[in-house]
Amino acid sequence: MTMLEEPEARIGLPRLNQPAPAFDAVTTHGALKLADFEGSWLILFSHPADFTPVCTTEFIAFAEIYPELQKRGCELIGLSIDSLYAHIAWVRNIEEKTGVKIPFPVIADLDRKVATAFGMVMPGESKTEASRCVFVIDPKGILRAMIYYPLSTGRNMDEILRLIDALQTADANKVATPANWRPGDKVVVPAPSTTELADERVGEGLECVDWYLCKKSL
Amino acid sequence: MACVRPDGTLSTSGRLMLAAVQTDSTAEDVAASTGMPLYRVRSALRELIAAGFVTEAGERFSQTEQGAAKAKSSG
Repeated sequence: MTMLEEPEARIGLPRLNQPAPAFDAVTTHGALKLADFEGSWLILFSHPADFTPVCTTEFIAFAEIYPELQKRGCELIGLSIDSLYAHIAWVRNIEEKTGVKIPFPVIADLDRKVATAFGMVMPGESKTEASRCVFVIDPKGILRAMIYYPLSTGRNMDEILRLIDALQTADANKVATPANWRPGDKVVVPAPSTTELADERVGEGLECVDWYLCKKSL
Repeated sequence: MACVRPDGTLSTSGRLMLAAVQTDSTAEDVAASTGMPLYRVRSALRELIAAGFVTEAGERFSQTEQGAAKAKSSG
C-alpha cells in the first residue's frame, strides 16, 4: 500500500515554533479551549487508552509531578480517544485503588479532532489509539517541544520537568542548554554569527572549548 | 457542564465562581480569590454567561440579576 492509499498517513504533524492547533474539547473538567490556558505553559499529553496498565502508571506519575509543574507556571491536560464516562470511571478507579487523585483535566476525543490536529495517531502502531505524545505549549500558544513515545514505553517524568526547566531557562536568559543539562548547570552561550563577534568572544570571561562552544553560569 | 447542572442548579465550583463575581472582577481576580486554576475559571465563567448568571464587559465579569438571585439561593 502506498502512502497515497493511506489517508491517515497524509496527516501532518504540528510544527515547532508555530501556533499550536486550537481546540475546543470536552474534558473531565468541563468544556475547555486551548485559549483557556493562555498565559500559562501547558503540557498536552496523549495516552492510548483508559484502564490499561502502562497508561495508569503514567497518569499516577503525571499526578505526582503536577505540583512541580504548577511551581513552573505549567498546566497539564491529558487526552485519549475514549469517552468522557470512561475517563471519569478511570480517574475514580485510580483514586480508589491507589489513593492518587488525578488533578488535571482529560480530553475525551472520541471524534479524534484534537488527536488528528496534533498528529497523535500513528497508524503503523495503532489505527484506533493515540500514541504517547507530549506537546509543550508556551504562554503565547506556541508549540515549543514535542516528544513521541511508542505504546510499549511509559514516559520519563524527570525528562518532562527537565524540558520545561530548559525551555524556561533558555527564554529567560537567551541561552541554550547542553546535553543532560540540569537546573544549576552551566548553559551554552549562542555561537557568534560573525567573525567579528567570534574575535570579540575571546576575553569575555566565558568558559570556552573554542569560539563556537562557550558556557557560562547563570 | 462543569458548573451548571441540567436542572439549573450550580455545582460547588459554580457557586464559588458566581460568588467571586459579586463585585466586578477579572478572570485573574477570580482565580486568585477562589484558588482555582485560571483555565478552569475561564471555562466556568463562559458557562455561567451562557446560563445567564454572569455578564462580561471588557475583561470584567459580574453577576446578572438572575445570577445575584441564584447566588442568594442555596443552589
